[in-house]
Amino acid sequence: MHPVVKTVLERLGLGLATLFFVSIIIFSAIEMLPGDFGQAILGQAALPETVAAFRQELGLDKPAYIRYFDWALGAIQGDLGTSFSGRNASGADRSAEVVDKIAPRLWNTLFLASMAALIAVPLSLILGILTALYRNSFFDRSVNTATLTTISFPEFFVAYILILFFASLNQIFPSLANVDPDTNFGERIYRTALPAFTLTLVIVAHMMRMTRAAIINLLASPYIQMAKLSGASQTEIILKHALPNAWAPIATVIAFNLAYLVVGVVVVEVVFVYPGVGQLMVDAVRTRDIPVVQGCALIFAVTYILLNLIADIIGIVTNPRLLHPK
Amino acid sequence: MKNKKTNTTLLQIKDLKIEGFSDERWHKIIKGVNLELKRGEVLGLIGESGAGKSTLGLAAMGYTQPGCRITGGQINFDGVDLTKRTDSEKRKYWGNRMTYVAQSAAASFNPAHRLINQTTESTIRAGLKKQNEAFDEARALYDALNLPNPETIGERYPHQVSGGQLQRIMTAMAMSPNPDLIVFDEPTTALDVTTQVEVLAAMRDIVKTYGTAAIYITHDLSVVAQMADRIKVLRYGEEVEEAMTRKMLKSPKEDYTKSLWSVRSIQKPEKKSKDIILEVKNVDAFYGSFHVLKNINIKLPLGRTVALVGESGSGKSTVARVITGLLEPKIGSVKFKNGQLPPSLKGRTKDQLQKIQMIYQMADVAMNPKQTVYDIISRPASFFAGLTGANLRTRVIELLEQIDLDESFIDRYPSELSGGQKQRICIARALAANPEVVICDEVTSALDQIVQEGILKLLGRLQKDLNLSYIFITHDIATVKAISDEVVVMNEGEVVEQGLKSEIFSPPHPEYTELLLSSVPEMDPDWLTDLLKARNY
Repeated sequence: MHPVVKTVLERLGLGLATLFFVSIIIFSAIEMLPGDFGQAILGQAALPETVAAFRQELGLDKPAYIRYFDWALGAIQGDLGTSFSGRNASGADRSAEVVDKIAPRLWNTLFLASMAALIAVPLSLILGILTALYRNSFFDRSVNTATLTTISFPEFFVAYILILFFASLNQIFPSLANVDPDTNFGERIYRTALPAFTLTLVIVAHMMRMTRAAIINLLASPYIQMAKLSGASQTEIILKHALPNAWAPIATVIAFNLAYLVVGVVVVEVVFVYPGVGQLMVDAVRTRDIPVVQGCALIFAVTYILLNLIADIIGIVTNPRLLHPK
Repeated sequence: MKNKKTNTTLLQIKDLKIEGFSDERWHKIIKGVNLELKRGEVLGLIGESGAGKSTLGLAAMGYTQPGCRITGGQINFDGVDLTKRTDSEKRKYWGNRMTYVAQSAAASFNPAHRLINQTTESTIRAGLKKQNEAFDEARALYDALNLPNPETIGERYPHQVSGGQLQRIMTAMAMSPNPDLIVFDEPTTALDVTTQVEVLAAMRDIVKTYGTAAIYITHDLSVVAQMADRIKVLRYGEEVEEAMTRKMLKSPKEDYTKSLWSVRSIQKPEKKSKDIILEVKNVDAFYGSFHVLKNINIKLPLGRTVALVGESGSGKSTVARVITGLLEPKIGSVKFKNGQLPPSLKGRTKDQLQKIQMIYQMADVAMNPKQTVYDIISRPASFFAGLTGANLRTRVIELLEQIDLDESFIDRYPSELSGGQKQRICIARALAANPEVVICDEVTSALDQIVQEGILKLLGRLQKDLNLSYIFITHDIATVKAISDEVVVMNEGEVVEQGLKSEIFSPPHPEYTELLLSSVPEMDPDWLTDLLKARNY
């Protein structure tokens, strides 16, 4: 077996192991939340017998490890359980499957994340390469200052500034990004433009500065001096001699930021009233809808592990020492 | 076709001045040097570290390293003053009419690209040849440079070939555009001697065949004697003297040049000793599953020096790790005086640790940069001998005097010391423990010749005064001659032979010792030619 395939399989195995531990942590953390769902729904005045019956109906009376395995086995098969919300004291049951609750939200989140990534990743790479090429110039300083400024402001502030300029003063984009499953593709892009720009401004600095640093770090290498002395131009040195050796650290930072786009955008969702997973999770925590919280947390964990796995693989395939062993 | 007829001037440097920026100010690196090179001629530039020879070599191409600037003079290359040209104008010369061979080939090849692409990159960029034509010629050059599998070796990546092969491929890269001038910057310094011979021969042949002019930079006189028609000696950025190679070797004029010449002549008379203080018995050691040491037997006589000689990877430093207990041997043991030493460092008593001390190759990384000389030396003195307060201070001063430094050094940091002084402090630190055996691992390899001489003399004197026994690990035969009583030759984890210095250095030799000894360059300019004839290349 080619060593790269072996390494990738190893990483994949490690990723699955990580996921297993994370699922235990998620489950235990939620176990440790104070308060009780039954009590919360039925109110302080409810009789203990009623609460106990309600708990039994939801399966909360079983020991924790049994509930964990039920949940984990279900999750492997794509069943994240049934939401607690929609049940009430009168006994009516309008509860939905967790998967059905999360799926449309996840699709929205991924749509927004992809849009932000499609703008931010190429932009950061290009800016990173250009600032490395013209390092210490006026251009370099301006780009660095600008990106540092946008990352330094809180996300909601950036969001409101964009709303002020692009929705209120000039009515180019809508300030509310309310989409539903029936919204067509073009309309979706139009409505999610402002949140996507906000996220772009938030993540560009990190990726761009890492690209710049990774390249400049290599410029002191003897092989770069060698390239200069063989007549290579600055552009050629950066693109052909430095960049191919800089992909591993760049990929890691990109993966980190993409993961953030999926799991950390609740503030932006709130500002633009965008129906994403972040809001769903916050709502679920508030209403003690344990299966939904667990489902969201698990999806976030998968996102992190998967993106880091991809970054690792990029690091491996761009390293000739690993790709072409002796 | 380029004009390559000889006897016309190719390069003329006039009163060149270069400054470098460090410690917040500009320092003069080159202080008004003149240099002339004819077509097809090879000029050797020699000097110690800091002499400015690399800076001058790069300046010959019109290139200055980042943080350096040319403050005066001219660099006329084929009638064009390169100091007046912009980088983009000079780029038309670089990798086309002038090329560069760097010291560390391993670091100077881009790890991300195949060798043949790197070999031909500048030729194709300059539009001198089409890709397939350039590739064919690169393969022909690989063949001419005696590389194995010349047809396919170019398809490999830099990490897939050895250091000696990389250095030859870099020469092929420098030859590929068929330049007028090649600057060789210490191209064989990082190589083992047996590899160095092949690389030197290949470089000399190819430069002759193509009639290329070259500047050959090195600190090794015997190497430059083989390569250069003419030699220029540099010191502190100034020319000391210049002469044709044979004349320079026979009758150097300046005292400084003579001192460079004389270093290699220290010889220590060997002494026998019957008392054995330390013995390595039947040792086999592994790194993971890699068998590094195979049945090693070494005896160290009391008050004598045993030199461990071998090329990189021969296992000589691993022997030191076994003796000090850093690496547990799988089989065998280390005997000290009458008792056996526990195999691992952890099992040894304070007393056992104290008796065996080590000195390392890189003095600057062997010391904590945040500690003063006092901290560095006093630590073992208080740990092993339990000294405190005024007694400790007296002891540190005494140790400093033993290594020919005075009390004024006591509060300095390592960064405020020269290379030789740093190594002396490391020696003092080893002495502070009152050892009986000192293991010196390539302690002079990173130092200039003259500084080396001082350290070797110091070690010799300390041996006499304190009756120390040394295990001296080195790859340099001149150092062996200067310091040892007995010699152990190692190759691929095995002891080839052990004996008195006079026995080892007089024939008949085992095959490997013969190869090793005959590969050490000598000051005779005909040495390489004769050697190659003898080996039937």
